[in-house]
Amino acid sequence: MGERPVELEILRYNPETDREPRFQRYSVGCREEWVVLDALNHIKETVDPTLSYRWSCHMAVCGSCGMMINGEPKLACKSFLRDYVGVIRVEPLAYFPIERDLVTVIDDFMDKLARVKPYLIPKREQPVSDGEYRQTPAELKKFKQYTLCINCMLCYAACPQYGLIPKYIGPAAIALAHRYNQDSRDGGRDQRQEEIAATEGVWDCSFVGACSEVCPEHVDPAGALQQVKIASTVDWYREHLMPWKKK
Amino acid sequence: MAKSSKPVVWGLFAAGGTVTAFVTPVLVLLTLLAALGHVVGLLAYDGLHAFASHWLGKSLLFAIVFLSLWHAAHRLRITLHDLGVRSDTPVAVVAYAAALAGSVAAAVYLLRI
Repeated sequence: MGERPVELEILRYNPETDREPRFQRYSVGCREEWVVLDALNHIKETVDPTLSYRWSCHMAVCGSCGMMINGEPKLACKSFLRDYVGVIRVEPLAYFPIERDLVTVIDDFMDKLARVKPYLIPKREQPVSDGEYRQTPAELKKFKQYTLCINCMLCYAACPQYGLIPKYIGPAAIALAHRYNQDSRDGGRDQRQEEIAATEGVWDCSFVGACSEVCPEHVDPAGALQQVKIASTVDWYREHLMPWKKK
Repeated sequence: MAKSSKPVVWGLFAAGGTVTAFVTPVLVLLTLLAALGHVVGLLAYDGLHAFASHWLGKSLLFAIVFLSLWHAAHRLRITLHDLGVRSDTPVAVVAYAAALAGSVAAAVYLLRI
């Protein structure tokens, strides 16, 4: 349980008083087994109580502590200090406006998430007396992986297309729409397609694949998006070549 | 929001990707073998000529050439976008026009056989 000095270079910005963001360096003694989030907490408790950042669970479940660590989108609670050499640079998630220091404004993502209706829209409402909506293990397997998303937005900060095209709905929201579209109990696909089959939906994805690389829960959003592209292409041909066939 | 018509270009791109992923390595191997003097009997000139004379052979060859060219054009369009070329429409027009020109040429040559 050794302790060693660690240097962090943290982006500081208070839109009310600062004209532009700046970096502030902190040198603190850290334990060998600490993650970046522990170092931030240590700084806040002992050195600088004005440092702002989001966190909650400290176990890669809540998705609050996403930030750029040495230029890569990471969960601060999952990034061990021992994996870094030299000064560790900590910045807020890329492409999101800064609210203060490492805290970003996430309204854009929340709005997009709501638009794709990431909840079950039952094919038919059945009374409680009819019991559960049953599902086989095979039907569950089709979408289970995509349920693991914790909305941490690392995939947005990793996606160059989102950086270029702010209107792009982006990896997590489309992967979540796909999760419900794949659910055998769901009947809301047509409503979600209105959003995700639009130009600013899945078609702004150029399959860079960075979203899947940075995903801390191994959701593989890039894979989900490719499946959405195939399904939307089939839709398109069906609508244009067989217009007499109702969806 | 209106649904995108991107599926047209993307569908061909995806099909082309699948075709080239299977066909290109085989072509590379056969070409290398031929370069080293080992022409497989079935692929000698007469055999291939007969294959390209039949309408089924013609359509198969055309499909492979067209889809591969389209795939390359779309890949080029996306790559240029990734590299910072932001004028997407002119790039798309030039790339797809080149693919179509190549496909028309392939069709003309195939029909002449």
